Amino acid sequence: MACSILHRVSIFAIYFGLLLLAGWTLSLAAGPQAYLTYGAVVGSPLGLLILFGITVMLFYNLAYNIRQAFWDMGKGFALKTADATGLACIVFGVVAAIVVWASLILSGVFQ
Amino acid sequence: MSGASTSLRTARSRALGLGAAHHGVGHFIVERISGLIFTVLALWGVWSGVSLAGAGPDAAAYWVSQPLNAVLLSLLLVAGLVHVKHAMQVVIEDYIQGFLPKAALLVLNFSICVLAGALGVFAILKAAFTGAF
Repeated sequence: MACSILHRVSIFAIYFGLLLLAGWTLSLAAGPQAYLTYGAVVGSPLGLLILFGITVMLFYNLAYNIRQAFWDMGKGFALKTADATGLACIVFGVVAAIVVWASLILSGVFQ
Repeated sequence: MSGASTSLRTARSRALGLGAAHHGVGHFIVERISGLIFTVLALWGVWSGVSLAGAGPDAAAYWVSQPLNAVLLSLLLVAGLVHVKHAMQVVIEDYIQGFLPKAALLVLNFSICVLAGALGVFAILKAAFTGAF
């Protein structure tokens, strides 16, 4: 239940993330000034918070897609299994996003 | 008309034309396959994003001018947009009741995804071919 709703939330997040990606390519094609402006907006505290949320939802969605591929093969429907894999998807989303952003912070990008 | 004469549907039912549109299986397959392709490309995209974060315009322009990066980035954008277009369509069909708002949102969803994909791929190719600036 929670997983199903979260999956729909993740679709909205990825939708928005892809529009941000399209915007990034446009700023890249528009010239250095536009690229730096776009980077400043996305790199603002609010922008970074949104990007972190999108990262969590992206990794959750990836794990959920794999879970659903097993469902399509008729596997993993036992209640205990479904609960465990659902929880695993949420944990994976959060942990993978933290790993990505920790590696960004450790690389010194934000200094 | 031989098919119609053996059908169990009433004349009124045929005239109203409601019921399954028979696009369900195609929609399902497109969503699953685009989802799996997107899964692989998104991992590459996150990895690329981390390596590009904080890089200046010159570094980004050089990165996108590499053929592999330009092609994979285009595929990531298109496969992702195909996937979310189908996913969002289901959400709209599930939650929006009236015919007009539903039709308007479906057209809007389609238009946004096609426009973002076309603009994005053009921008990638422009930046890749002209060395950006």
